[in-house]
Amino acid sequence: MSTEIYLDNSATTKLKPEVLAEMMPYLTEQYGNPSSIYSLGRESKRAIEAARDQVAAAIGAKSREIYFTGCGSEADNWAIRGTAYAHRNKGNHIISTQIEHHAVLHTLAALEKEGFLVTYLPVDEYGMVNPADVEAAITEDTILITVMMANNEIGTIQPIAEIGEIAKAHKVLFHTDAVQAIGAAPVDVAALGVDMLSLSAHKFGGPKGVGALYIRSGVKVDTFLYGGGQESGRRAGTENVPGIVGLGKAITLATADIPGKAAKISAMRDKLIAEIPARIPDVRLNGHPTKRLPGNVNFCFQYIEGESLLLSLDFKGIAASSGSACTSGSLDPSHVLLAIGLPHEIAHGSLRLSIGEDNTMEEMDATVAALVEIVQRLREMSPLYHAQAHK
Amino acid sequence: MLYSEKVMDHFSNPRNVGEVENANAVGQVGNAKCGDIMQMSMRIEDDIIQDVKFKTFGCGAAIATSSMATELVKGKHIDEALALTNKAVMDALDGLPPVKVHCSVLAEEAIEAAIADYYKRQGKEFTPKKACGGCCHDCHQEAE
Repeated sequence: MSTEIYLDNSATTKLKPEVLAEMMPYLTEQYGNPSSIYSLGRESKRAIEAARDQVAAAIGAKSREIYFTGCGSEADNWAIRGTAYAHRNKGNHIISTQIEHHAVLHTLAALEKEGFLVTYLPVDEYGMVNPADVEAAITEDTILITVMMANNEIGTIQPIAEIGEIAKAHKVLFHTDAVQAIGAAPVDVAALGVDMLSLSAHKFGGPKGVGALYIRSGVKVDTFLYGGGQESGRRAGTENVPGIVGLGKAITLATADIPGKAAKISAMRDKLIAEIPARIPDVRLNGHPTKRLPGNVNFCFQYIEGESLLLSLDFKGIAASSGSACTSGSLDPSHVLLAIGLPHEIAHGSLRLSIGEDNTMEEMDATVAALVEIVQRLREMSPLYHAQAHK
Repeated sequence: MLYSEKVMDHFSNPRNVGEVENANAVGQVGNAKCGDIMQMSMRIEDDIIQDVKFKTFGCGAAIATSSMATELVKGKHIDEALALTNKAVMDALDGLPPVKVHCSVLAEEAIEAAIADYYKRQGKEFTPKKACGGCCHDCHQEAE
């Protein structure tokens, strides 16, 4: 079955043709090593620095504050470990939340094994972190706060600027994983008050295998990869020139008209949020009703399991994702859905539809129609639905 | 993670879905917390399974193993049905991904639970093959 309706834009996005066009020369004739002195190498170096300017401009940073990485996860790993190691003489306490991406959570878990203490703040029923909780968790030993800007599963947009003020007042470094936020919400490092920020190209029309970490000038963060002098000697390795060029172009396009794009995408989101509960009983919207990513829709469908739902949607050419345990290879449902207080049995039946620029209203209609049919079919097969109907 | 064609076939066109009318053997295993519940109902006459149907809350593999298990025991003597192993169900489906092995164990246990119910209704003693912890994590650990 081929995918006809792609509703998994939070997983990855289609590479924009304009981005590919920018990348092409660096995949072909412009193959020089940016560290080489001759003109072929200098052209690669020039292209990287142009992309650095583009990324910096898109998030209100200075060019020398942008470091290219291999992915968003690498940026998260670097920000957290690099800060922890560089500041361990000051303290060993880190504040984060229960709903971070695994790139953050697993990095923190590894640091805990090395003796760092981590506070994982809870969130409310909408997946929102309370800035007052952040402030209350700060101790003399706190060296870092890391809170994601927008949640990848339920789309909740966190009060990053408020947390940024708290971090500044207490002189604690603040990192945000903005992987889902770029292109979806305005991201300005000064307005947000962040010291570090992670992003990833393939989430906004760029290529896979390239990301970036913003590190505010003067912030001490340990070197991530030892070797050559690339990325000011802080992240060695010959640069992914075509990827970096693609990132630069993609972020420029993605941030060109955020309000216009968000209005178009959120209209489709709101249609799904209105129509799914209107046509299917016993569903629950996960995430905040309004403070959410313009393209994020996340529902739990009672009495059915998420993987069955995804396979059935795939038969109809619709690509989506789930926080169900069965899709992750583990047996526990999504930590995010558990953190917002859902019981296991409900969390197993979750569905995330993430809308992008290329989707249409007609596709939303087709998706709702498909869901009505699939959910009914799976519920008729479910012993839980049977039990409920006879109550 | 990839499912075999047979798993996809039994997921998309499951056999024997529902509840047998006048069932005299009903068993349910698993729990919603783990994400899988299987219910088997049977009509058994003279120790032969005349009819069998299932209802399952679970992933694609759980639905496919339920469907295949009903196919494998339909028309069989209850002793033969009790001898059905999770491996036989898996083999019949051309295999399952490692993390889904517990689904086939659940199918084996659902059949056993239904037949145990039949014994009970007949006033006969039933000796279970093995005790299930009732949680998918137990089988998952065995499978690894």
